[in-house]
Amino acid sequence: MSDIAGTKPALRWVVQASVVLLVALWVIPTVGLLVSSFRTADQISGSGWWRSMFPSEQNLTLRSAAPETQVQQGDLYVIEGTLFDDDQQAAISRWGISAREVDAYAPGETAELRRGGTITVDADGTYRMENAEEFSGNRGVRVFVTATQSPEFTLDNYRKVLFSSSGDDSMGRAFFSTLTVTIPATIIPILVAAFAAYALAWMEFPGRALLIAAVVGLLVVPLQLALIPLLKFHLNIGIGKGYLGVWLAHTGFGMPLAIYLLRNYMAGLPRDLIENARVDGATEFQIFTKLILPLSFPALASFAIFQFLWTWNDLLVAKVFLIDATGQTTVMTNRIVELLGTRGGNWEILATAAFVSIAVPLVVFFAMQKYLVRGLLAGSVK
Amino acid sequence: MSPALQGLLTIAIGVSGCVGYFYLSNQFLDKVLFPPRGPNAGRNINRANMIRPWLFLFPALAALGLYLAYPVVETLRLSLTERVPGGGYRWVGLDNYTQMAAEPKFWEAMRNNMFWLIVVPAMSTAFGLLVAQLTDRIRWGNFAKSLIFMPMAISFVGASVIWKLVYDSRPAEQDQIGILNALYIFFGGAEPQTWLTVPFWNSFFLMIVLIWIQTGFAMVILSAALRGIPEETIEAAILDGANPFQIFFRIKVPQIKTTILVVWTTITITVLKVFDIVFAMTNGQWETQVLANYMYDKLFRGDDWGVGSASAMVIMLLVTPILIWNVRNARKEME
Repeated sequence: MSDIAGTKPALRWVVQASVVLLVALWVIPTVGLLVSSFRTADQISGSGWWRSMFPSEQNLTLRSAAPETQVQQGDLYVIEGTLFDDDQQAAISRWGISAREVDAYAPGETAELRRGGTITVDADGTYRMENAEEFSGNRGVRVFVTATQSPEFTLDNYRKVLFSSSGDDSMGRAFFSTLTVTIPATIIPILVAAFAAYALAWMEFPGRALLIAAVVGLLVVPLQLALIPLLKFHLNIGIGKGYLGVWLAHTGFGMPLAIYLLRNYMAGLPRDLIENARVDGATEFQIFTKLILPLSFPALASFAIFQFLWTWNDLLVAKVFLIDATGQTTVMTNRIVELLGTRGGNWEILATAAFVSIAVPLVVFFAMQKYLVRGLLAGSVK
Repeated sequence: MSPALQGLLTIAIGVSGCVGYFYLSNQFLDKVLFPPRGPNAGRNINRANMIRPWLFLFPALAALGLYLAYPVVETLRLSLTERVPGGGYRWVGLDNYTQMAAEPKFWEAMRNNMFWLIVVPAMSTAFGLLVAQLTDRIRWGNFAKSLIFMPMAISFVGASVIWKLVYDSRPAEQDQIGILNALYIFFGGAEPQTWLTVPFWNSFFLMIVLIWIQTGFAMVILSAALRGIPEETIEAAILDGANPFQIFFRIKVPQIKTTILVVWTTITITVLKVFDIVFAMTNGQWETQVLANYMYDKLFRGDDWGVGSASAMVIMLLVTPILIWNVRNARKEME
């Protein structure tokens, strides 16, 4: 490879540039959603998320204070104030008082109001209305401004999605349901599979090769086939839909990969080690718990990550085996799909909800990437 | 009881149950059934060693049998029967299959699935190989790979939301908030497009989501394979004056052919099972139906177990060649 990257600087730059481009292509969609989750609904629908990092020019329709706030100064009636909310910061470049001419005036200029009097608007949004007679009516005048707003982000969406008690927006409960599904569904298969993997790797018995082949075969059986038979089975034995059912289902579906990964790893452990232990009089049970399990930690970790990611991200198994008509036990993926359906336009809620559910796997992913890669390399059937 | 407590209790019961089962059954075997003492000590040891593997295997085999092997048989049976009102089943032969074959939606799903099967594995593998090769010797290669690998951790549903924002479209007079439409307009497109409703092409927009996820997987495996290529073969090629492209296509790719095939088939399996993306983004509307979603529709919305099972069997049938290939490879490897 040094031939490619080393000798020809031009080619090296092409390589670097293509990698930058590819990485950008891969990262930008996620960044878009992440940025959107920190913006208000108005901001999201007002401008693309990529503009949010820069000051943006927007056309806003604002309204002055109502005539009832006017004060008399000498022989003039005056209304003063600012067009923006307290926390809003923007610089007005043009403004107008008619929808047909939104950019008629520059900041500091004065316009004649149709109902009498004048208005002066400054760049920072403060205005002063003057009139020789009393202002009438009960609403302020509309002011159209072209303003440059500085970037603004908010944590409100997360507050709303995580802690809102109204239930509809709340991901809090779904988060805990997901956690409740995931942890037992990750731990139990590991234990069951580890024993089986040891037997398949280091114990001699007739039919062993056949069993290993069967595990490899089951590795690719689509779980779609299992839905109806198992739902029927769960209903028949009285488990019904619920956590127990989904734990059992995930245990079953994760089993082939678990056995396959662990067996491959255990079969690669040095033979001497196990035979010496046998000669020393250790029982198989002792060899397994004291020797094999600790040595197999990398493989156990690999599978644990797979199973965790898969159960956390799962939608289908949860829909079939967990979520009943009451909807009390809903996982995050299902909540998000519901939000997509009912509130396809509420991007601030959707983006935030999606990120709440993505955050945990991403943390696990970056913390344990080494094991994930190792597991992938061992797990793809060669 | 709160689900969280129930979960903790399940972990405790599950783990201690497993440990208890393995420990006690071993004890029973060694102490009670065939103790390695007395006149038959030798015979007992042999017998105990014949039974022990099955003790170790039993829970896993039970789970495999019940949750994966039995359903294949049961689904086959269901696909050949029909539910009779009031309970029970009636044998209907291939009626479910003929009924399914008469439905245009099924053929739409089959057609789309074929496109998915061609495009997604090919593109994921190609991109994976490209990234693996390009990042091989650059200094921040591992960082770049990490970022491209990242979508693997994101759920299909999360990815659907991410891409739905990319494909979002607003009326022409408004600012576009979907980056695809913004670019489309920027480069001279006339009208913003609702990408997910354009028949035929919308399937490809859905495929992009899966390619985006699967490329990282392909990259990781192929990157390891590229590093496993013996240096000498490449050095020899350089000495012979091969250019970088010749080295890549004539020296490297042929040497990792099997790995490419493995990656390809693994992604193929994933494609056949793809459900969440279509379910979340279009739910099969605008001619984007795929088999897995068609099956879900039949089973849980149409409540038609016969046709639903029949379509599940079609997925199984499509997987079978890969299944056989995998099993044969695994057996070859063990010998």
